[in-house]
Amino acid sequence: MDLKLKIWRQAGPTAKGQFVDYDVHNISSDASFLEMIDILNDELVEKGEDPVAFDHDCREGICGMCSMFINGHPHGPEKATTTCQLHMRKFKDGETITVEPWRAKPFPVIKDLIVDRSAFDEIIQAGGYTSATTGGVPDANAIPINKENAELAMDAAACIGCGACVAACKNASAMLFVSAKVSQFALLPQGKVEAKDRVKEMVAKMDELGFGNCTNTYACEAECPKEISITNIARLNRQFIGAKLG
Amino acid sequence: MSNKPYYSSITKKIVMSLMGLFLLTFLVVHLALNSLILFNKEWFNEGAHFMGTNWFIQVFQWVLFGGFALHIVFGVILQIKNWLSRPKGYKRRAAMEQSPFSKYMIYTGIIILIFLVIHLGNFFFVKMGWIGGMPLTASGGEDMGQLVINLFQHGGYVAFYVVMILLMGFHLDHAFQSAFQTLGLNHATYWNFINGLGRAYAIVVTLGFVIIPLFIYFKIV
Repeated sequence: MDLKLKIWRQAGPTAKGQFVDYDVHNISSDASFLEMIDILNDELVEKGEDPVAFDHDCREGICGMCSMFINGHPHGPEKATTTCQLHMRKFKDGETITVEPWRAKPFPVIKDLIVDRSAFDEIIQAGGYTSATTGGVPDANAIPINKENAELAMDAAACIGCGACVAACKNASAMLFVSAKVSQFALLPQGKVEAKDRVKEMVAKMDELGFGNCTNTYACEAECPKEISITNIARLNRQFIGAKLG
Repeated sequence: MSNKPYYSSITKKIVMSLMGLFLLTFLVVHLALNSLILFNKEWFNEGAHFMGTNWFIQVFQWVLFGGFALHIVFGVILQIKNWLSRPKGYKRRAAMEQSPFSKYMIYTGIIILIFLVIHLGNFFFVKMGWIGGMPLTASGGEDMGQLVINLFQHGGYVAFYVVMILLMGFHLDHAFQSAFQTLGLNHATYWNFINGLGRAYAIVVTLGFVIIPLFIYFKIV
């Protein structure tokens, strides 16, 4: 496949940045999107140019590091797929592909396509944990958990924290992420102990960091590579109301 | 968390959704009263007289204005934060919104506010006696029905009114289910029903408000 790429290049956090056009040739339709960028980078390095900086780690769709905004969609146009699991067969030969970093005030660009997502870490630090006491390892089956809640908690825990929800949302809202992290604890007995403080602290941190407000457009759910449901946002709202009312 | 007063994004949204649901209820009452004019002008006049004299309605109208004000103020505050949360936009962005009119709520909202001011000038202020022009019945009473009929004789005004109501309909289409979601009332079993009910509400209320001026203009009633 031959492709035309329009890639956002930005030398550093304060640099101006611009789109740069690249042509890549003889790309296998079986190559992943990141492998295609690897090939481009090899060519750039051979020419003595600066390679395109981008985030990646596991390349198995589970770590949440890859973060490209491809042809108008976070992680590209394929549903429920991370950029690393996106393959070039999803594009047409000769197509022009626009690649941009996530855009949100709390996700500043570090370089090219890499953004600083430590805002998500700060939200987790605000309450996305359970306090563990030291001692013997508890028996896994000592606390009864009903099947439905176990499944819903597991679905929420599938969130990989990639930030596609923020990137997709017209308001750069982090509500889907926060709701998944609140839900995975709220649904389980171990998380109920600190549930009220957790939801208040995480929402306060989310607001403080400059994420936008959820306006229930549901772009986040449609674009989430792990298909996290917006019912989690409703649960977050219920948890918040419950916590505020005492 | 600091101890300074803090109204979270969710708190503001909850106030907005509660006020929004209140306004949705008001629209049903407003439409029910308006529709009386299609049957009998006297019934409409009696309805208008009741609304203008009943003490409960008189108190409640100020609650309604308060509801409007809160909905607008919080809506604008939330929207400004949303604009600020993405200082640099995308070069290419697909339409990813699953609730199609959700993208335009601030714009349809501003249009509704402008329409509301004009609408109050056309009817409410005349009814209150702040602006002249109220027609009188043969017995000397206020003829609110005739005021409505007179205004809807102008094709341009009817067209303006219909366009405004359609834009309000787009606002309502997103509003209903959005309010339920914000209040946490989203459950997999009932969600399709809530969505369907919201869309049906938006269509019925919009059509209801649209047919009244059209029926009067084309003298169908």
